[in-house]
Amino acid sequence: MSPKNMKEEPLTIFSPQLSARFDALVQKYPVKRSALIPMLLYAQDEVGYLSDAVVADVARRIGITELDVRSVASYYSMLRFKPAGKYNIQVCTNICCMLRGGYELFDRFREELGVEHKGITPDGLFSLEEVECIGACSWAPAIQVNYDFHDELDPDRVPGILDSYRSQAKAEGEAHA
Amino acid sequence: MADVTFTVDGKKLTAPAGTLLIEACRKAGIEIPSFCYYPGLSLQAACRMCLVRMAKVPKLQTACTTAVAEGQEFITNSPEIEQARKAMTELLLGNHPLDCPVCDAGGECELQDMTFKYGAGETFYAEAKNHREEQQWSPAVFYDRPRCILCYRCIRVCGEGMDVWALGIENRGSRSVIAPNQGNRLDCEQCGMCIDICPVGALTSGTYRYKTRPWEMHHVTTVCTHCADGCKVTLGLRQVDGAAEIIRSDNRDKSGMNNDFLCAKGRFGFDFAGSEQRLSMPLVRNAAGKLEPATWEDALRVAATRLTEIRGARGGSAIGVIGSNRTTNEENYLLQKFARTVLNTNNIDHERTTDYAAFARALAGQKGKTAGLRDVAFAPAVLLIGGNPTDEHPLLAWALRTDARLSKARLYVANASPIKLERQAKATLRVAAGGYKDLPAQLEKGESDFAKAVLAEESLVVVFGEEFRGADVANLVAWGLKRGNVTFAYLGDHSNSRGAADMGLLPDLLPGYVPLGQPAGFSEYEGLPTAPGKDLRQMLDAAGKGELGALLVMGANPVAKRGLDPAALKNTFVVALDIFLTETAEFADVVFPAASLYEKSGTVTNAFGDVQLVRKGADRAGVKSDFEILVRLAGEMGANIKALVPFGKTAVMGDLGQSRGVQSGEADRHAVWLAANGLEPRLSPFDPFAAFDEIVRLVPGYDLDRLNLLSGNDVRAEIGAAPGSALSTTDAIAPAHDGLFTSGTLGRYSKALKDIQEHQERELLESAAD
Repeated sequence: MSPKNMKEEPLTIFSPQLSARFDALVQKYPVKRSALIPMLLYAQDEVGYLSDAVVADVARRIGITELDVRSVASYYSMLRFKPAGKYNIQVCTNICCMLRGGYELFDRFREELGVEHKGITPDGLFSLEEVECIGACSWAPAIQVNYDFHDELDPDRVPGILDSYRSQAKAEGEAHA
Repeated sequence: MADVTFTVDGKKLTAPAGTLLIEACRKAGIEIPSFCYYPGLSLQAACRMCLVRMAKVPKLQTACTTAVAEGQEFITNSPEIEQARKAMTELLLGNHPLDCPVCDAGGECELQDMTFKYGAGETFYAEAKNHREEQQWSPAVFYDRPRCILCYRCIRVCGEGMDVWALGIENRGSRSVIAPNQGNRLDCEQCGMCIDICPVGALTSGTYRYKTRPWEMHHVTTVCTHCADGCKVTLGLRQVDGAAEIIRSDNRDKSGMNNDFLCAKGRFGFDFAGSEQRLSMPLVRNAAGKLEPATWEDALRVAATRLTEIRGARGGSAIGVIGSNRTTNEENYLLQKFARTVLNTNNIDHERTTDYAAFARALAGQKGKTAGLRDVAFAPAVLLIGGNPTDEHPLLAWALRTDARLSKARLYVANASPIKLERQAKATLRVAAGGYKDLPAQLEKGESDFAKAVLAEESLVVVFGEEFRGADVANLVAWGLKRGNVTFAYLGDHSNSRGAADMGLLPDLLPGYVPLGQPAGFSEYEGLPTAPGKDLRQMLDAAGKGELGALLVMGANPVAKRGLDPAALKNTFVVALDIFLTETAEFADVVFPAASLYEKSGTVTNAFGDVQLVRKGADRAGVKSDFEILVRLAGEMGANIKALVPFGKTAVMGDLGQSRGVQSGEADRHAVWLAANGLEPRLSPFDPFAAFDEIVRLVPGYDLDRLNLLSGNDVRAEIGAAPGSALSTTDAIAPAHDGLFTSGTLGRYSKALKDIQEHQERELLESAAD
């Protein structure tokens, strides 16, 4: 068959910490491929999205085909094959949030950012997504920005939220400089 | 497992515990519709078409995943089930386009059939259907996404059956699609099993799509002409001007040894038969030294006159004959008989790909020691030595995988390099290059874990190939015979390589490996020369030295295969019978256009000694079978045709029905009875079955079960039935090493195979560059 089966193991694309975590993870389950979804989530956190290199690396670590990885990953909407913004804004529009103004919130984000569902701002800082329930129904309407929750929102609070992330990004940028 | 009794629709049924309800019902004649269920593949329960009511269970159950147990009660036929089936077909048709009038599968589509039988006449869905563009994954495989009903059959047969795992499913819900492994391209063995197993027209074949409708073809089941495994193929034929052309080749007749299986060559490599490059007229070299078209009469006269002159002036030993690995047993038998009794020469050989003579010698006097392909497919333990069946014997590889997967057979692989079948192996042994011959001794010592495991087997099938020749074959066979309960399969390369050797296309052995010195039944041959002849290499050497007056080449290409300098043939009168103007035919003085295996009838013997019936499917204007050409040539040379082909003899002996009264159906049964007993009146000298009768009568090991053979079953030929044989030279052996998409000279004329090969080479380059 094709020589790709006989290639030497390439160096991993993940950080040493994540790599070590994966090494432990694949040993944890009776069947290696059970580690697939957690690995994809961690990989996405580190790399930003499931690039071809991520898919290949994860497939190699578990010993399944890249096609298997894609089959599983493409099922889940929280796994993505394209980069998102630095801050991925997920606005819930499921029933509780919808009743309490989820769509108005989502529309305000669209206006402020000038992007649609799954869009990324030109500076790459923000991406916007309309998502299903994020489990914050008691505090609807709610959004999730990366792993931060913001709840009991109204559209007027949108500019403030965006500004807080802009300044956070700026501070980080200066710290690096 | 113990039998259990359960009730289906009020009927008491009995089946072994654990049988799937769907299977138990089908056996009892109760049809349960399904799409995703496929015998031999893992269970999926994806299509929900087989829903049944099971007593005491609140919801409908899928019959394809329900194992029967004592006392269960099922209802498979009630208004509730009818409604369930209607709803399921409606869902399946939700996004399925109603393009049946242009769909390849229209007329042989499972969804179409089920909709007619179980479906609702209308739908509640008013929404527009999802449409997506069709994709071409490879030259062989196209995927029409909206037609797909997501039954997962293709994914499972590719993964579990072929061990290729090139297909997967992507996305979710109504957006789900089958996806190939390279994004939008398929990098795989291109076997086309996914197309064959697709219940609808979602996966279509590059060679067949949009060419015809299924009911416009007629179907003939014959044997594949490519490798030596002997798969049954069903040719879909359509009448065109002056010919019947092959439109499709598949395995819809699942009665063959290959059952569900067919590889890329069998499925797509039939197009050589319709190639523009086919010879359609005899060619004769004119005074200017150019080949020009001639009539059959002229060509036969020129060939016969020169052959007669050379035989008269220089004797039969100045004539050489090279036979084919792809012609039928009857043609091979006739060729050697023609060579020996008409040309008076034992200079006869074929392009030997393995050493069957040594195998016959090693098994001399033994009975039942060879394994047929079916024996291998159901063997509890198999030792595979050398070779790479995945590439060179795709059906053997399929059989071994299936055996390991479904019957938990133990496969032992001893090979000099890693092969794909090791994934199914219980144990593997890396043999040093050139170290195969020491294997029997190594196994016997029983030191390694591998040897211990092999020795612990109660019975064993040993499958080996051309790595063993001459004395090495004898050693290996002797080891097995000493162990007892060991059977052997010795692999050759082409569709009738085994038949060529069995039929005595050898310089020192008569058919059935009978030594020239003790011709037994063959003493009835008139003027059989007794001295061994030259083998292929010696003949070509002699031609180079100008010592060979004439060379008759039937379906072989020694110029290309042996890298022969064509100038070496300039002093030799060369007659070629071939389907193409090959490198060898180009230098012939007379070329006869021959029929391919798909255009003639007869029998062929696969590498395992399974003999099968070849049925004439395609038809091509201008060509004749090699059998007919040889008979005509012999006739033109003034030979006694009645001695060459026993025709017109048996009619008087046959019972033409007089002894059994006339009643309805008598004629049919009478024909079967006559055929089974070899009493059909062979009225024509061109009837290959006249030669078949003689083969059955004279060739040791070919006393075949006619009734089974003629019913389309494979029957076993014995090797080693002759009582010990003379030595046959082994240095002329050259294995073909054809891969998945090559098939010797023949494969070069198949556009489909060349396209697939190019596609795979590109995939290989890209994956290497990754």
